[in-house]
Amino acid sequence: MTDHTPPTTDSHDDDNESATQHLSRRDLISGAAGALGGVMLGGLPMALRGQQAMPIRPVVPVDATKLQGAPTSPLGQRSAFETPLRAPYGETVGSSYTPLRELAGTITPADLHFERHHAGIPSLDPQRHTLTIHGLVDRPLTFTVHDIKRFPQVVRTYFVECSGNTRSAYRAPRPDMTAQQVSGLVSTTEWTGVPLATLFREAGVKREAKWFLAEGGDACLLNRSVPIEKAWDDALIVWAQNGEPLRPAQGYPLRLLLPGWEGNINVKWIRRIELGTRPWMTRWETAKYTDPLPNGTARIFTFELDAKSIITSPSHPDMIVERGWRPVSGIAWSGRGRIARVEVSTDGGRSWHDAELLGPSLPKSTVRFQYLWEWRGEEALLLSRATDEAGFIQPTRAAMLVERGPGTDYHFNHIVGWQVERGGRVFFHGET
Amino acid sequence: MTLRRISLTVTASLILVAACGGPTNGDARPAAIVAPTTAMGAFADYDAGAVPGGPGKGVRYQLGHRTDSALLAMMNRDVGPDGAELPEGRGTVAQGAALFATTCASCHGKSGEGTPPAYPRLVGRDPRAEHFAFARDPKLPRSIGNYWPYATTLFDYIRRSMPFTAPGSLTDDQVYALSAYLLAANRIISDTAALDAAALRKVRMPYQNRFVPDDRKPDKKVR
Ligand code: HEC
Repeated sequence: MTDHTPPTTDSHDDDNESATQHLSRRDLISGAAGALGGVMLGGLPMALRGQQAMPIRPVVPVDATKLQGAPTSPLGQRSAFETPLRAPYGETVGSSYTPLRELAGTITPADLHFERHHAGIPSLDPQRHTLTIHGLVDRPLTFTVHDIKRFPQVVRTYFVECSGNTRSAYRAPRPDMTAQQVSGLVSTTEWTGVPLATLFREAGVKREAKWFLAEGGDACLLNRSVPIEKAWDDALIVWAQNGEPLRPAQGYPLRLLLPGWEGNINVKWIRRIELGTRPWMTRWETAKYTDPLPNGTARIFTFELDAKSIITSPSHPDMIVERGWRPVSGIAWSGRGRIARVEVSTDGGRSWHDAELLGPSLPKSTVRFQYLWEWRGEEALLLSRATDEAGFIQPTRAAMLVERGPGTDYHFNHIVGWQVERGGRVFFHGET
Repeated sequence: MTLRRISLTVTASLILVAACGGPTNGDARPAAIVAPTTAMGAFADYDAGAVPGGPGKGVRYQLGHRTDSALLAMMNRDVGPDGAELPEGRGTVAQGAALFATTCASCHGKSGEGTPPAYPRLVGRDPRAEHFAFARDPKLPRSIGNYWPYATTLFDYIRRSMPFTAPGSLTDDQVYALSAYLLAANRIISDTAALDAAALRKVRMPYQNRFVPDDRKPDKKVR
């Protein structure tokens, strides 16, 4: 379990291939906080593949009840003991992954929402940015951000997942992969915005309109075609994320949100929507984001993300030191609606047990699950398996290899899990 | 209270195994693409009558501004698969080759071979792609000649997004020339061809008919 395969030499570029090359960056911890004003400690750079960073602990008073604590501050910060970080980073055309193992519940803190962009993050002035709706409409209209906020708003919790999520774990699973590297291109947010249908009524969308083109205001003017039914269903133009304006990386000041559909089509920095009669066949829906099949065809316009789950605790590089009871916990989601059921196996899929769903299972959102497990020091293989409300059960990787082949490029939702060694070390298990 | 963060970047090299082979003949029939049917959902009836205090059913909020025609002309430059929106202009393969060498080759390589994954390969016409075996072979490059279903996509993408460091800087003549060069290099059109709107509308990509609508459904079956 401990030897490491060499880096993958897969060729396909987009979305997340580089994830396996960048390690979890626990390399950065430095700094200290304490009521005495803080003592700086040097950071320990870089955990190279397979090595653990030496933990450097912030220095705090021995007894915090004996002196006054820190004063109020204009902007909160995490405890110096907690340093969840996205990784990798520093790419203009690239992605950073949400640290799933470090998070609880279902909502992703805005500063840890995964990123994926193709021409960097544009700096947009909310007083100058506008959204124009034109084409097959009675009245072409241009909305300022201020205009958008004057419409009746809706508040909805949805996940966004890049359709390339879990590619590396499918193509070349390795024991030293973390939950972040396996499935970190999914994040969940409470969004505030206006239904796209409201804006379409305002502009007077004509009957002949069957598709619309959504265009972003970044340097690649990313453009995607969307069937109009989605607008009458649940599409939103959002402007807030977890109670504050969108973060630039999530589309500030305006973003198209198509619940349950692959991340790329949730066009960020949206500036224009054109109503038309047919799809535009942009690069993003032809050269990319299409799904080759073993029968020599490729699916086009594969929007929905099927049921999926991952155990985030325990997960690599956790080390289970104590025997006894503990929750096996993780998240499950489906782009087709609610998660109806999550099952957990501790014996590699020989037997499955219903997990508890914590909190409401919202449509097209993540739900957290737990299964109580008593570890007695034995070897174990932990797996999770989600079922959505349509009865779709998350498949094994072997089943996906048959249906889609090893070269399929998007929409990876196979069962994954964690091998627990007798000594308590935890390693990724991808070959289900 | 300072939280200092130090980081190192791990750069990794990926190797692209790709071959460039002889021309192949694909079927040029257009694929039937059907709009997915989504049930009329949550916002179908959510008009102004559905919001407490609102102006009432069927009434507009009267928000927003008449679209400025100059703003729209500046933005409305997309080109669909029938090429209906293609602008005036013209460019030859030879002009495109010269422009490619000065403007594009620094990233995409002298002959468009690219340096993946950062800079994609633009030229590739592999005999193995004839069977469209991308699902079985992860290493088969989904290059323009091997995979792209529509030639208009190339024009639209180059015009809106390239060159990477100066997007939107090319004239329409230059975009026609670069599209011509890349289509010729991928053995779709001849080396002596020129492209304008009419000529580009006629280009059929070899594997267009390989693209099929999504047949996954909300049910039990893994597809
Ligand atoms: C500074 C580097 C750079 C230069 C110069 C450049 N490109 Fe690109 N090009 C890129 C990058 C990076 C991408 C990938 C972007 C992405 O994936 O979102 C790309 C993607 C493309 C693609 C899409 C390829 C595919 O398979 O999806 C085409 C076509 C393209 N470029 C054409 C051109 C042309 C034509 C020029 C010259 C006018 C040019 N590029 C100049 C960096 C560059």
